[in-house]
Amino acid sequence: MSESLIYTIIILSTIGIAAAIILYLIARKFYVYEDPRIGQVEEALPAANCGGCGYAGCRAFAEAIVKDNSLADKFCPVGGNEVMDKIATIMGLTAEKKAPRTAVVRCNGTCEHRPKTHNYEGVKTCAVAAMNYSGETDCQYGCLGFGDCCVVCDFDAIHMNPETGLPEVNDEKCVACGACVEACPKNLIELRKVMPKYRKVYVACRNMDKGGPARKACTVACIGCGKCEQECKFDAITISNNLAFIDSDKCKLCRKCAPVCPTNAIIEENFPPPKNKETEEKLKTTAEA
Amino acid sequence: MLKTFKKGGVHPAENKLSADKAILKLPLTSKASILVSQHIGAPAKIIVNKGDVIKVGQLIAQSAGFVSTNIHSPFSGKVARIDTITDNSGYKKEAVIINVEGDEWLDTIDRSDTLVTENNLDAKEITDKILSAGIVGLGGATFPTHVKLMPPPGLKAEILLINGVECEPYLTSDHRLMLEKGEEILIGTKLIMKSLHVEKAVIGIEKNKPDAIKLLSELSKKYKNISICPLKVKYPQGGEKQLIKAITGYEVPSGALPVSIGAVVNNVGTAFAVYEAVMKNKPLFERVVTVTGQAIKEPSNFRVRLGTPVSELIEAAGGLPEDTARIISGGPMMGKAIASADVPITKGTSGILIISEKEGHRKPIGNCIRCGRCISVCPMGLEPYLLMALSEIKNWEHVESEKVMDCIECGSCSYTCPANRPLLDHIRFGKNKVSGIIRSRK
Repeated sequence: MSESLIYTIIILSTIGIAAAIILYLIARKFYVYEDPRIGQVEEALPAANCGGCGYAGCRAFAEAIVKDNSLADKFCPVGGNEVMDKIATIMGLTAEKKAPRTAVVRCNGTCEHRPKTHNYEGVKTCAVAAMNYSGETDCQYGCLGFGDCCVVCDFDAIHMNPETGLPEVNDEKCVACGACVEACPKNLIELRKVMPKYRKVYVACRNMDKGGPARKACTVACIGCGKCEQECKFDAITISNNLAFIDSDKCKLCRKCAPVCPTNAIIEENFPPPKNKETEEKLKTTAEA
Repeated sequence: MLKTFKKGGVHPAENKLSADKAILKLPLTSKASILVSQHIGAPAKIIVNKGDVIKVGQLIAQSAGFVSTNIHSPFSGKVARIDTITDNSGYKKEAVIINVEGDEWLDTIDRSDTLVTENNLDAKEITDKILSAGIVGLGGATFPTHVKLMPPPGLKAEILLINGVECEPYLTSDHRLMLEKGEEILIGTKLIMKSLHVEKAVIGIEKNKPDAIKLLSELSKKYKNISICPLKVKYPQGGEKQLIKAITGYEVPSGALPVSIGAVVNNVGTAFAVYEAVMKNKPLFERVVTVTGQAIKEPSNFRVRLGTPVSELIEAAGGLPEDTARIISGGPMMGKAIASADVPITKGTSGILIISEKEGHRKPIGNCIRCGRCISVCPMGLEPYLLMALSEIKNWEHVESEKVMDCIECGSCSYTCPANRPLLDHIRFGKNKVSGIIRSRK
């Protein structure tokens, strides 16, 4: 009885020790050196795996940083400058400061402004609809309203507004990963520099038709008249293909352009209500009318 | 037993309402818009300017590459402007807009009705004439015909198949053309045979057109090596690969050109256009269009100049019925609803189909019940339910390995699905994406 117990212990221990030695040798033989900094960098990243940096995920981004040993052209939009500074300390490099950005939808074609002229019954995704048809209105550049941008957002930052039929961005949640920019087949979404209190002035239109057809399709379309371009003192506004564009890096939020726009295509967001008496009266009269 | 293709296929209600209506000529429109991308491949390059006075048959846009073709003016008058107009899909495309004045033809075009049976052009000269006349496949795919006539090096065509199947329900333009221009089609066939150096040609016609089969069999006795092959009625027999399988029994390998097994397919409309281009010097600027639908007063076949607005054809067929839901360019299976009735007729418009409110809406989509009917009707042997599912989750690699590029977009799967699932919409999207990926690899 005790003999068999002893034998069992001896045999099993021998097998165990032999296996341990073999495993140790194999592990030595096939040892792969991994830079410990990869793990450290990955830990510093927000682990959102959104792909906003242009890499397949946070791990791939960390690997790329350590492999290239530089931070040039590498930026985590989710973590922003704070995370990039942390990574820079780990790597012993200096990170370039980048202004935070936020997504802006450049279409204001609500049902009111842009009447429906067609009826599409196919698959209700923007990608499929855009492949087959220009959309349900006469504007071939505007929002299709099926919400592909909302589906791809990992941060719950963009939602369709059922009243307007257009997507709306929650600036506090948006990390500017760019997933919605990629998803929009009409190329409506732009990542713009975040200003204090999320104030923005932008052209909410992508219609590149000439004034007449653009205006006919949508009452708030940019007609490319160039009035805003003349008004801007900072060279922030450019007109090309009958369409104005306000460069958010140059814009100083002076708000001189919006009042001159004949079609109200320039939108001002998150500004306090006007205090000037004149404008107040003007607003009143327009509201009454 | 009649010949047909083996795999899949459906048989929708034929509804050939305009089969006994002779082809009518439409009065000239006053303002025509000629799109420069009426064919598969690079859009043609416009060579006229605003204010130019042009004649019927004059070249207005030049071929921009090998897979591209010329576009000729179907009208005489003045070029009003060069602008963008909405095409079938609603997107704006470049076009030449002509203010029509009179009907003055180029002197080189033979406008008489006399049959020209002989000429002494060689193969190269025939192909050149087809190229300069801007001929494309008139069955609907609008693939430039001269490309088909110049097989890649190492491949040799053995047999020419002429497609008189017209398997799409409602459409009768090819049927009428065969009845009224049978002799011309046979001469056109002869010309294509000569340019391809092939000794044998077969015209495939479905059994539901017995008058066309009878007439062409009678006429073809005079022509050596051209025979008529009656086929069983089955959709999509007019597909290139299905027609080859039905007539010759050979299958075109996945991803290969039909000429790799020695077959070249052309439509009867194309054969007629070849006859006109080679024998009469008349470039392609007219085609036969069927205007039809359950609610339309007089379903008809018209011989129309390209660039005529669709609305004028509908007017000529008795006007737009009140409860119209959709206007389809093409047939009910493969056609596409058009964004507005002002779009012009192009080289690929084989029919205008008016769909009423009752028929014109999609039914509610159900869940896939795994019945497998889409698989059994797919003429290419694909698995439509799988392609749709993969396309929905954007797994493009897998979509590609499931041979999405073989899909001929015939719509048999969507037609059959008892749950009304939009199979073809998703497959077409997947095909579009995959072809983009394949192109970017090169």
